[in-house]
Amino acid sequence: MNADPIVGKSVPRKEGRDKVTGRSQYVDDMTLPNMLFGATVRSQIPRGRIKKITFGPDIAWDEFVVVSANDIPGKNCISLIGDDQPCLATEFVNHPEEPILLLAHPDRHLLPTAVQAVSIEYDPLPAIFTIDESERCTQVIWGENNVFKTYLIEKGDLDSVWEKAGYIVEGEYTTGAQEQLYIENNGMIAAFDPAHGITVWGSLQCPYYIHKALMALCNLPAEKVRVVQMETGGAFGGKEDYPSMIAAHAALLAIKSGRPVKIIYDRLEDMVATTKRHPSRTRHRTAVSRDGKILGGEIDFTIDGGAYATLSSVVLSRGAIHAGGPYYWPSVRIRAKAVATNAPPHGAFRGFGAPQSLFAMERHMDRIAQTVGLSPVEIRRRNFLQPGQATTTEQVVREPIDLGKLLDRALEISDYHAKRQSFASRHQVGTFRKGMGIAAFLHGAGFTGSGERYLSSVVGVEGCADGSVRVLVSSTEFGQGTKTVLSQIAAEALGLPYENVIVAQPDTFEVPNSGPTVASRTVMVVGSLVKSAALGIAQILISSNLLREGYSPDEFRAACRQHVSKHGQFRCWSRYEAPAGIFWDDEKYRGEAYAAFAWAVYIAEVTVDLTTYSVSVDDFVALQEVGRVLHPLLARGQIIGGVAQGIGFSLYEKVVWQNGRMQNGQMTNYIMPTSSDLPPIRVFFEELGNVHGAYGAKGIGELPMDGPAPAVVNAVEDALGTRFDSIPLLPEEIMDALLDPSRQNDATLSCEGR
Amino acid sequence: MSDSRGGSDKLEISFTVNGEPKKVRSYPMERLLDVLRLGLGLTGAKEGCGEGECGSCSVLMDGTLVNSCLVPALQAAGTSIVTIEGLAHGERLHVLQEAFLECGGAQCGICTPGMILAALHLLNQKPEPTIENIREGFSGNLCRCTGYSQILEAVAEAARRRSTA
Repeated sequence: MNADPIVGKSVPRKEGRDKVTGRSQYVDDMTLPNMLFGATVRSQIPRGRIKKITFGPDIAWDEFVVVSANDIPGKNCISLIGDDQPCLATEFVNHPEEPILLLAHPDRHLLPTAVQAVSIEYDPLPAIFTIDESERCTQVIWGENNVFKTYLIEKGDLDSVWEKAGYIVEGEYTTGAQEQLYIENNGMIAAFDPAHGITVWGSLQCPYYIHKALMALCNLPAEKVRVVQMETGGAFGGKEDYPSMIAAHAALLAIKSGRPVKIIYDRLEDMVATTKRHPSRTRHRTAVSRDGKILGGEIDFTIDGGAYATLSSVVLSRGAIHAGGPYYWPSVRIRAKAVATNAPPHGAFRGFGAPQSLFAMERHMDRIAQTVGLSPVEIRRRNFLQPGQATTTEQVVREPIDLGKLLDRALEISDYHAKRQSFASRHQVGTFRKGMGIAAFLHGAGFTGSGERYLSSVVGVEGCADGSVRVLVSSTEFGQGTKTVLSQIAAEALGLPYENVIVAQPDTFEVPNSGPTVASRTVMVVGSLVKSAALGIAQILISSNLLREGYSPDEFRAACRQHVSKHGQFRCWSRYEAPAGIFWDDEKYRGEAYAAFAWAVYIAEVTVDLTTYSVSVDDFVALQEVGRVLHPLLARGQIIGGVAQGIGFSLYEKVVWQNGRMQNGQMTNYIMPTSSDLPPIRVFFEELGNVHGAYGAKGIGELPMDGPAPAVVNAVEDALGTRFDSIPLLPEEIMDALLDPSRQNDATLSCEGR
Repeated sequence: MSDSRGGSDKLEISFTVNGEPKKVRSYPMERLLDVLRLGLGLTGAKEGCGEGECGSCSVLMDGTLVNSCLVPALQAAGTSIVTIEGLAHGERLHVLQEAFLECGGAQCGICTPGMILAALHLLNQKPEPTIENIREGFSGNLCRCTGYSQILEAVAEAARRRSTA
């Protein structure tokens, strides 16, 4: 076996050489002979009945392939959790940019003009665009009451706490939509032949989501649908569900034309038509004792799902479960609701509801601190969950996590106390105001509740003819390092050098369904399955007497070669089994919500320039406990990248809506952070280990998205003494608030040291 | 994407790409990005925004860093272009490519070719850049994965290796 552990080492990224040499093949880099290019004709209004479609003059329409809903062989829907979203609108449109017709032509340059030449007449219907409008049911646009999904989480006897409370603290917090803004726009290529069925190649996160959607749409059996992931240039949740739509469109054009069809969105189309983070509104009403302990509270968490249900129910679930933050609630009632509006459906984005509800929780903690007269540090310390205590869903914390210690370490690294004192002693006069903000939070790894049990993921490991092993998973690489870390796990399990493990390209003809690449589940859940399947390969070789225990890598390779030459290809499969003693009640939303939580304390230091009202983040400390860190370089890269997106979410990234359509769908006017906008982001890990994941790893991908927004906004409030409860917090919002005397805090005096 | 042919006929355009003389037939207003990707099969330059904001299509034109989505083919006539494909010698990586690999400068990889060319341009101008030079030098190249730190570290590391080589 290996003397040198591979897990815990920063081995070279598997596909790194191809990425730095430009050899990686992304979908737009691929060309098939005789290929057509596809484009989408979309709704220009938010809601209405389609009256008439006219194909304008001056276009050689006979050269174009035109697809409408009538050309769909199976069911006109993008099958996901529910089946309410059509692939192509027929009678009604329910949001701007809803797909209505598809065009294809051999010359991609002719498509924009052709799309423009299709004119659609509508009978417009009144539309709704905000959570408030949706709740008032001025127009019912979905179901009976515009509600996609509700959850109720109840714990303890909430009704009795109000009279015991020393303080009752209320607050309302909102977050805006956020565009994932992966640098590679969405794209798909589809090819069809009647004998083999449909094949799609694309930029995507979840091959089997697309597989399922195409089976229903094309009315084809599983073996006649093939989905292949190309190198994918960023995703962040934005390529979880919408790629099924684009694959469906490319497939329909390929079926009708009999030729391969490529659809590549340009930036504008990608931004205005595809999914974004759900806008949210959270209301807190909290009973707190005189000494600053939470006694109980009501949390109403509502998200805007857009026009169709898509992933809203699961985003809502994660947001609701995280809404109480890393605190002990003796009693709580969390009401969560996802509502419909006439905007394009909102979808997955790193964090999946948790950044929204945790923004509210962590802003609210600062408000509680001010009300009670404690510091932001002390209020958190007095309410942190302790091992043995139960979360809002009654999940008992079994890990030896010490959040107070985590907080202390973050305070020390950031030099919090000294800095805060020095900012206060400067009386905050002049043009530049400085402040410090804290966010403490948690993030559950893997699917929620019984989700992993339903997914029942399968992973394969293959012994190859050259003595190496190949990992077969549908888990996709899109920057996080999936291939690298899963290779480390297999190599470690088998005692082989890292170079002896390769990972198959995700292709549904080749790899089993190991679930979607979402929910910070790849390393913890899929990684564990990779480990057991890899060990199974060694067992096969040992039980066929080709290998003995305590083998060397050379002996393993020789045995593997021998096995393949004797018996041909051999593979070992491993299927997810829920750990014993895990209890989850889907009805009451109670029990073990996640197999493991990652924990974190982030601290932001900001300067607000009162001339321009702009905020700059000067320092950022990100300290987290994520179990064992399997690849320090990748883990650090994940955290820094997540924090950067979180800073964008809080200070820069504003989707400007008009009648349900994004008005700033360009990189020129939707602003994400550049290298000049970001502070040094300092990353630190605590490692407690975790029994569930492979080699003690928990999920890491989404966690860093949760903390930056509240930490930054808490710091801005600390600097200015003015409350800000909505993000994104742009300079104009700061200016408006500072010019409005009613927005000044009652509790601007420093309460430090009490 | 707009119709970039502008009613004109195709012209023969000669230029040097990665040290080799090339001739392509292209419409004068066709984007250099499309000429490279579709005409020459050099797909390392990527389209991220098509309007000069993201820098994923960055290439060097006569030593200057340009967004190839904004350069008409005609303007590239007679120039010398360097793309990501021109950096490694066979299997031997350029020092910047090595540093990006080792420092975690590439995650999803889509911005990486543009980033590496921006880095090459920066190091050609300032062989020993400060961290502020690097931050500024990259403010025209967007990356959504890394938060930039490991890219900046890769450039600093490459500069260090070049100065000690």
